[in-house]
Amino acid sequence: MKMPQFDYARPASLEEAVRLLAANEGAKLLSGGQSLLPLLAFRMAHPTLLVDIEGLGGMDEISLTPEGLRVGARVRWCQIEKDDRLATLHPLFQFMINHVAHYQIRNRGTVGGSLAHADPAAEMPGVALVCGCDIIVVGSSGMRVIKAAHFFVAALETALQPDEIITEIHFPTWPRGRRWAFHEFARRKGDFAMAGVAVFFDLNDEKRVVDAHIGVIGAADTPIRLGAVEQLLNGQRLEEELIGVAARLAAQEVDPNSDIHATADYRRALVGTLTARALRNAGLRDGELK
Amino acid sequence: MKMPVEFQLNGESVAVEVEPRLTLADCIRHELLQTGTHVGCEHGVCGACTIIVDGEAVRSCLMLAVQAAGKAIMTIEGLAIEEALSPLQQSFRRNHGLQCGFCTPGFLMTAHALLTQEPHADEERIREVLSGNVCRCTGYLSIVKAVLDARSAYQ
Repeated sequence: MKMPQFDYARPASLEEAVRLLAANEGAKLLSGGQSLLPLLAFRMAHPTLLVDIEGLGGMDEISLTPEGLRVGARVRWCQIEKDDRLATLHPLFQFMINHVAHYQIRNRGTVGGSLAHADPAAEMPGVALVCGCDIIVVGSSGMRVIKAAHFFVAALETALQPDEIITEIHFPTWPRGRRWAFHEFARRKGDFAMAGVAVFFDLNDEKRVVDAHIGVIGAADTPIRLGAVEQLLNGQRLEEELIGVAARLAAQEVDPNSDIHATADYRRALVGTLTARALRNAGLRDGELK
Repeated sequence: MKMPVEFQLNGESVAVEVEPRLTLADCIRHELLQTGTHVGCEHGVCGACTIIVDGEAVRSCLMLAVQAAGKAIMTIEGLAIEEALSPLQQSFRRNHGLQCGFCTPGFLMTAHALLTQEPHADEERIREVLSGNVCRCTGYLSIVKAVLDARSAYQ
């Protein structure tokens, strides 16, 4: 469909962008546009004004700090894909890109845009949640930090105020040797997942699981963590029997919706299967575990 | 309200007055009358409208014309050399990389951007990149073959 009518502004600074958002009810921020423009094409959104921050410059770097990784909100998927440092600094974050949309979209889509859009099946919100990221935003009342766990409110709904702009996302430090895996299933590569599971944990000297994290996308209104499965795994050796129990528990712990792409039962089964796959894959890395 | 926008299209400066809601694809087709760029799904799924913006393949239905201000844009019309086909286009013809041809400009622009950046892309990489374009005729095998076969022209 052709898009609904709206005005368009290209602010010269972040402050001006915030002012425009605050002064215009119904204004929407435009960055890469790879989530917003499809919404407009479906006429699912009717903004009065688009505030385009592509020309602002800045907010487009990935940098390492003592606390972890800082990722600017304007960082595009293609940058993450090509950044060789990430293979050790944050392999899960980089690997996820294999599942994010397609080549052309990765050239324009941004980290901040995906977070603000908050599609329940999108990879970036899921990875931000499972990694315990901080999301840095600025608005009329200044800067604030929103924990990923409090950021995703419902499908396409976040804790952002209408005048707030995501500027950066912080990942906690990723220790070397951490075990991880990311598995998702979509009918066509690059399409939104029917469900996806991200897993990471550390191993202590006895090869027992420490600090298990399990994140799921596409199985609720927001990305979620599977607390019961995490609890089950912590302190245990990751053996095939435990993986089976964890997979069944994962399928029970989610309460997905049915839609045109998959039924709730199918999604529940898929979460179980993907959890088992991810745990097996994460556990087998380096061949240290049987 | 219409806004003035200027950008480069296939090496030439162009100026248009467009509504902000006009996609770059529609601007190129309806305002600039370059109809080689095809519009399939209009919401970023099919890849038919792929063009090259500042050297990168993008979906022109997922960009507003006003966002193109100051950028260098290449469409399928910029690929052919004078009246002759480019080596990539010749390879598509040689390998039967098209049937009805509707999706072809999108595949060509995607493959051109890829091979310009990665002239040694292997089959796996080519398949991964082409996964963002839909073709209902060929079954893709001949398209992949055509792109593989065109690599030498970019090396």
